[in-house]
Amino acid sequence: MMEYAWLVPLFPALAFPVIVFVTRRLRLLSALVGIAAIAASFVVSVGILVEVLQAGVTMEQPVEKALNWLAIPGPEGWLLKIEAGILLDPLTAVMLVVVTLVALLVEIYSVGYMHGDPGFSVFFSYLSLFSASMLGLVVANNFFMMFFFWELVGLCSYLLIGFYFHKPEAARASLKAFVTNRVADFGFMLGFFFLFLMFGTFNFRELAEAVPHAENLGLLALAAALVFIGPIGKSAQFPLHVWLPDAMEGPTPVSALIHAATMVAAGVYLLARAFVLFAGLPSVMLIIAYVGGFTALFAATIGVVQRDIKRILAYSTISQLGYMVMAMGVGSMTAGMFHLTTHAFFKALLFLGAGSVIHALNEQDIFRMGGLARDMKITAGTFIIGALALAGIPPLAGFWSKDEILLAAYSHGYTGLYLLGTVVAFLTAFYMFRLIFVAFFGPRRAGLHGHESPWTMTVPLLVLAVLSVVSGFMGAPFVAHGFSSWVYFGEPHHVEPNYVVMFTSTAVAILGIYLAWFIYGREAVSHEALSRRWQGVYRLVYNKYYVDEAYLWFFRRVVLGLAEAFNWHDRNVVDRIFDGVGDLVRWSGRRLRYLQTGHLPVYGLVLFAAVVVLVIWAAAPVIGGIR
Amino acid sequence: MITLSHYLALAGLLFVVGLFGALAKRNAVAVLMGIELMLNAVNINLVAFNRFMNPGEVTGQVFALFVIVVAAAEVAVGLAIVINLYRRRLATDVEEADWLKW
Amino acid sequence: MEGGASVAIFWLLAALTVGAAVAVVMLPNIVHSALYLVLTFIGVAGIYILLEAEFLAAVQVLIYAGGVAVLLIFGVMLTRRGHIRQSNPFNSYHVAAGVVSLALFILVVLALGRSPWHAFPGPWPEDTVGAVAEAFLGPYVLPFEVAAVLLLVGIVGAILLAREEKGEK
Repeated sequence: MMEYAWLVPLFPALAFPVIVFVTRRLRLLSALVGIAAIAASFVVSVGILVEVLQAGVTMEQPVEKALNWLAIPGPEGWLLKIEAGILLDPLTAVMLVVVTLVALLVEIYSVGYMHGDPGFSVFFSYLSLFSASMLGLVVANNFFMMFFFWELVGLCSYLLIGFYFHKPEAARASLKAFVTNRVADFGFMLGFFFLFLMFGTFNFRELAEAVPHAENLGLLALAAALVFIGPIGKSAQFPLHVWLPDAMEGPTPVSALIHAATMVAAGVYLLARAFVLFAGLPSVMLIIAYVGGFTALFAATIGVVQRDIKRILAYSTISQLGYMVMAMGVGSMTAGMFHLTTHAFFKALLFLGAGSVIHALNEQDIFRMGGLARDMKITAGTFIIGALALAGIPPLAGFWSKDEILLAAYSHGYTGLYLLGTVVAFLTAFYMFRLIFVAFFGPRRAGLHGHESPWTMTVPLLVLAVLSVVSGFMGAPFVAHGFSSWVYFGEPHHVEPNYVVMFTSTAVAILGIYLAWFIYGREAVSHEALSRRWQGVYRLVYNKYYVDEAYLWFFRRVVLGLAEAFNWHDRNVVDRIFDGVGDLVRWSGRRLRYLQTGHLPVYGLVLFAAVVVLVIWAAAPVIGGIR
Repeated sequence: MITLSHYLALAGLLFVVGLFGALAKRNAVAVLMGIELMLNAVNINLVAFNRFMNPGEVTGQVFALFVIVVAAAEVAVGLAIVINLYRRRLATDVEEADWLKW
Repeated sequence: MEGGASVAIFWLLAALTVGAAVAVVMLPNIVHSALYLVLTFIGVAGIYILLEAEFLAAVQVLIYAGGVAVLLIFGVMLTRRGHIRQSNPFNSYHVAAGVVSLALFILVVLALGRSPWHAFPGPWPEDTVGAVAEAFLGPYVLPFEVAAVLLLVGIVGAILLAREEKGEK
């Protein structure tokens, strides 16, 4: 099956033009085409995963097939070689399955969610294009090709966030996402260009061999830091996280697929793919770890006070991505990828569940919901499962993956980050169950009744709920040949269970749930009173620490100011020069015109005046008396 | 003793007077008269140089003769032009002949 | 010629020539200017005789005083306009012309005053006519012939330019 790996991105890539040109009018047919394509990709991906594990393809010995897309020979070796190729190892295989599975479930869900929308077929075409791009990114065997798909994925994100293009907020949000990512991508691009300059190749495997022998560690660190800027943007780390909450303007299936499970995970995937680049640079790793850790805490605090259900989930995503990045930074590529996998399942579940709620109520503010557990049993049940998984309650998936990150931080000596991660776990449990107690339980605050969603929407919820329960077991410490023996950096290892860490994280999560119940479930303390008492802090956090405002200020003052300055210079200095030349010509022409009087005596006069001058000049020595 | 310089100075003076006449008069015929004066001055120069610097040959005189020939032809043609102008524009005023202007 | 007399004659002739030339240029009546021009030509002829170029002097009188001057008077006659007393005014630039002329004169005088002239006063051919004739038909025969052609061309041109158009009066 591995030789058919190129089909995996190809099926959805073909679905895109088919839907756009052929089946656009026939909505259900478009949906079918999209779903069929991604289902086929899923089947092939599963086959690849099975084969990879059985055939003993390992991280050190992957399967690679490539052809030269652009190869310019140089004096020694290649001046420029850009390949189009596929790299298959357990990391790729796992990602392929995750992406295709979640995409498939989301597309099935979209049949119900997007029902009646005028852009129904277009939506499926965009989803197919996105899937193709994401899968291309995953299988890429070199930086250039990956960057190509990286940008394509960003484009699809732009198209999908701005799907409700007539809404100005959506249009603004899509632009914000694209521009922020562009900034990050510029750094990324510089980074891998540097690598090319240093090692002469874009190919991951060749770099894996060359990087450990690099001499100029300073330059390597610079390249690595630049490359890391890409994930900062794509995976919404601080300070380029600002686009992700706004991206919630897009339809909820989009939020589930792109902004929770897959696209934002691409940054983490890049870190895993290029881990060799970072592994030998402790300074860069430290930066990565702290950026991730800080982001996790930062976003979690904001999520605690949000009212919009999708915003809460968005900040939760940012926070969890912070966890993954932190895992990479403390040295455990395995833990990061493991959490990426489990997070894809339960976060997609949560988003789709939220979508189910929004679809039923047409409302997104949780304080206008209430008692939904009575009306939407399947949605509520699966949502709670997802929340438990996210909070890290054993034996659900999130517990195992989050614990592995905390364990990695603790055992590699990053005690500060370990404590930070534990605090974030507490906050995560708290805000998730705040959401649940407010939205699903209690009185119907705005008098809104929910109703259960159609099977196209509830079946994916159920599937994801099952996955949220069981997917953690593949990486649990009790399993002999689990996740850590397939996906790793360095050598396959086995995770030893650390009961202290396990116990602490569970306790903290339960504490968070209890506190949420205390304030929002039993309402023993009024949350409004609390927010009034801590008004300054509340307002700061509610307004996302005013990061957006800071950017806006910077943009208005600095960037536009600079632009104004350049504009002034261009208008008044550069243009003046050119206009001045023209004016000079015109002015002198007007003056010189008067020489052409046509007046013969004047001509004669000028002639002889010139003769006088010439005589003076030519006969100067003689006239001056010099012999 | 009358030296070469004297003759040359005389020629120079005559030339300058003719120049003034050519440049400062309105009547076209007067301009022609000034030109004739200049040509005469040149002739004096030529003959004087010949006489004092190279008396063995008569090259200067020959040259002066040619100048006279050309001057005569030039006056004829010049007057023809002036007459033509007079007929067309009824003016011989050099100041009014500005058709060479922009 | 002997020293004293020739010196006196030179100054006399010079004064005559230059004075007549100035008169040509300064007088407001163009007929007067033409007549003084004749006087100038005769003065120049005198200079030639002083320089022992007799043939040239004869030619000067014949051609210039007898031909060119008459031609100029004809021209005056044919292009008369307005009052004859003011037929030869100065134009607007006469001041500038005077300045330029003066400047040139000063330069010329300075130049020739400070140049080292090495004169070779030597034997002068007595028979200038013969010498000139030999020159014309000898080394300068070509310019001689061309000059003839030039005169022909001049005549034809002058006739062409000055003839009346058909239909004109």
